[in-house]
Amino acid sequence: MNIKTAALTGGFNDPVFQSQSVFRKLMDGMARPGSIHHVEDAMGQPEPLGAAAGAIALTLLDHETSVWLSVGLAKSPAANWIGFHTGAPITREKAEARFAFVEAGATIASFGLFSAGTQEYPDRSTTIIIEVAEFDAGETLTLSGPGIQRSTTISIAGLPEVFQRLWADNRALFPRGVDAVLTAGSRFLCLPRTTRIAASRAGE
Amino acid sequence: MYVAVKGGETAIRNAHRLLADRRRGDRTLPSVTIEQIVEQLGLAVDRVMAEASLYDRPLAALAVRQSRGDLIEAIFLLRAYRTTLPRFGTSVPIDTAKMLVERRVSATYKDLPGGQLLGPTFDYTHRLLDPSLIADTPVEEPERREATGDAVMRVADILAHEGLIESDGEFPEDHQAGDITREPMEFPMPRDLRLQSLARGDEGFLLALGYSTQRGYGRTHPFVGEIRIGEVEVEIEVPELGFSVSLGRIQVTECQMVNQFKGSAKAPPQFTRGYGLIFGQSERKAMSMSLVDRALRAEEFGEDITAPAQDEEFVISHSDNVQATGFVEHLKLPHYVDFQAELALVRKMRADIEAARNGDNPMQEAAE
Amino acid sequence: MTDLASYNFAYLDEQTKRMIRRAILKAIAIPGYQVPFASREMPMPYGWGTGGVQVTASIIGPDDILKVIDQGADDTTNAVSIRAFFEKVANVAVTTHTKEATIIQTRHRIPEQKLGEGQVLVYQVPIPEPLRFLEPRETETRKMHALEEYGLMHVKLYEDIARNGRISTTYAYPVKVAGRYVMDPSPTPKFDNPKMHMSDALQLFGAGREKRIYAVPPYTDVVSLDFEDHPFEIQKFEQPCALCGARGVYLDEVVLDDKGGRMFVCSDTDHCEERREEGHTGEMPSQEAAE
Repeated sequence: MNIKTAALTGGFNDPVFQSQSVFRKLMDGMARPGSIHHVEDAMGQPEPLGAAAGAIALTLLDHETSVWLSVGLAKSPAANWIGFHTGAPITREKAEARFAFVEAGATIASFGLFSAGTQEYPDRSTTIIIEVAEFDAGETLTLSGPGIQRSTTISIAGLPEVFQRLWADNRALFPRGVDAVLTAGSRFLCLPRTTRIAASRAGE
Repeated sequence: MYVAVKGGETAIRNAHRLLADRRRGDRTLPSVTIEQIVEQLGLAVDRVMAEASLYDRPLAALAVRQSRGDLIEAIFLLRAYRTTLPRFGTSVPIDTAKMLVERRVSATYKDLPGGQLLGPTFDYTHRLLDPSLIADTPVEEPERREATGDAVMRVADILAHEGLIESDGEFPEDHQAGDITREPMEFPMPRDLRLQSLARGDEGFLLALGYSTQRGYGRTHPFVGEIRIGEVEVEIEVPELGFSVSLGRIQVTECQMVNQFKGSAKAPPQFTRGYGLIFGQSERKAMSMSLVDRALRAEEFGEDITAPAQDEEFVISHSDNVQATGFVEHLKLPHYVDFQAELALVRKMRADIEAARNGDNPMQEAAE
Repeated sequence: MTDLASYNFAYLDEQTKRMIRRAILKAIAIPGYQVPFASREMPMPYGWGTGGVQVTASIIGPDDILKVIDQGADDTTNAVSIRAFFEKVANVAVTTHTKEATIIQTRHRIPEQKLGEGQVLVYQVPIPEPLRFLEPRETETRKMHALEEYGLMHVKLYEDIARNGRISTTYAYPVKVAGRYVMDPSPTPKFDNPKMHMSDALQLFGAGREKRIYAVPPYTDVVSLDFEDHPFEIQKFEQPCALCGARGVYLDEVVLDDKGGRMFVCSDTDHCEERREEGHTGEMPSQEAAE
């Protein structure tokens, strides 16, 4: 498949109901941080975009939401795929992006250049969708905050090392701050800005 | 899944049947047609189009008929329909300088290029009820003249030529006109959104506010530079073609108010503007809109904000009659849960006072 | 004339749903903060639940079971009307049973039955701004929220105490959510405030005319504002429900005659019916006594 056809194939075959279904999982995910959800249908999204990330793009993006892509995604057919299926303008300016997509293994230096919203309008912040290697493996983290009864643990392999420090900085900005969705293939979990993350030591 | 619900559904169904009956009225009389409403109640239809922000005379007439002539209800019907329509694009700004004018009057010049054209106005009619209308006697054909096709110069352009009036205001090259029906509202509001709100605003509310500025609540020294009513072309740019194509013509009413001049150390004195533009024929609304637009520009000109008509958040938040009527009328919905809470509190407070009078300790009871 | 009869699933077009869905996600991420959204004109009047209807329309799917209540009751006319709207435009299953519902749209009450994890409670909100009656300007109240400047609200509540000996707010009683935003719980009686705290269910709030959406995620602190010497307390009814004998529930006062005859019955009609089906009875006055 050449680059052009890769951009045109896939998408939702039943946009009304598929987007509703994905949205409900996202809503549940944001309301219950750390809970793992998965998308059932293949979206035909080109590499390195994952199935869950592709479904989230199809569900939330349109011409009103500018989107920022990490280098690997920007250079891949995924960029055209997102543009073609959602109509979202792709921006190079992180601060303008309503959504940002980061492919697995890409370096994240900071969340600081993304929009954290303003103190008056903290909702005007970027939602970052980050692909990781897998869940239920790798480092175990303890989450707490709104949406979580006491605390919950998640295991994530392939989360950038700096993530926890960046997240603590982000948490400190509240009510400003970015919100994150971590995707691993067809699975995803949400981390709203309210969620506190602590590393769990083995045996805890 | 079927759920039997007690009473409510039947009651609503019966109410709607009765409403339909009352709407139709005496069945021995012919029903008014949409065409008759468009032709003979044209100004009601125009008001509905203007405040619903949808230019479609037959649909507006349908709404007037469906609402039994309740124009706010008709506006509501047409707006709820408008919401569901897909957007194909944004037109090129209409050019009122190229209007085919049917009426054009200026209060600032005795005579001017293009002339004063009275057009179909109630002005100078003596307001005497006309019994001949009861009998539906034939009406004479109007006097006509051949259209010259020449554009009629705008008064604002005459003043602008001498630099005597502020420019129309400028937006950056890439400015996209806003749309309050598609974006959340935020104050302070840019003027394009403000004008859109006023154009959709309730005629009576804007009339009263405009009037209040004349009586000194935010005076703006207005002169009617010009009112013009007529048809303008609506064009849309087609990027694939590289030029704009016409979608058709619409009738609009435009009012350019020439107001209080303004000067500073840097700029010589200039008149300022208030602007009104309305779908269809509605001079009262266009004039009121231009008065309120100018009053709302107080901050821009460094004027003191002392009057209701100058208060943007107050004016814009309360100008929409569909919002206003919904919220006022929602008071008739059941509120008995909250009322019960108030009832219990008032009884309790009265009991406390009674107890205090009898020498008991009310605070002890309150703490229970 | 134009073809008028082609509406999308759940009435709203997909672009509008996406816009509302994005607002809902941000609302959940910032508990108690009012997210501005481009509220659409709905085919029902402003003030009659257009915000709640837009929220429900944006989240509802074919597998959902919808319950709609007004004043706690399923059979009040506006609840009937909204339920019929969704049956028509989304062809969804509806119920009056709180337990069965996946989405409950409400005006003025929270069901007595404890809500569970699989449920979403959608509130219809008339005035979302808890500070609105203290400061009518949006430009000002927005600053107060930004600066977490809620002194005015405490002053108001304290003035109540000074004047009436107690906090005299009985409904729409302000709460603080997750220790940050002061929020209007919508005009529910303060009796229902404790149900919002650490709820298992997600709570969404839609204000159509005022164009705001806000949320309380599950397991989130919702604290009613009060003072040490005047702690928050809920309404207590002296008598149980006349029909099902329930205590510790919110009651409606039903006037029986013009001689002061009245009875008190559950405001939550489903809760009352369920209890009666289980065999609970109250001391419903006999017909003769009431006449």
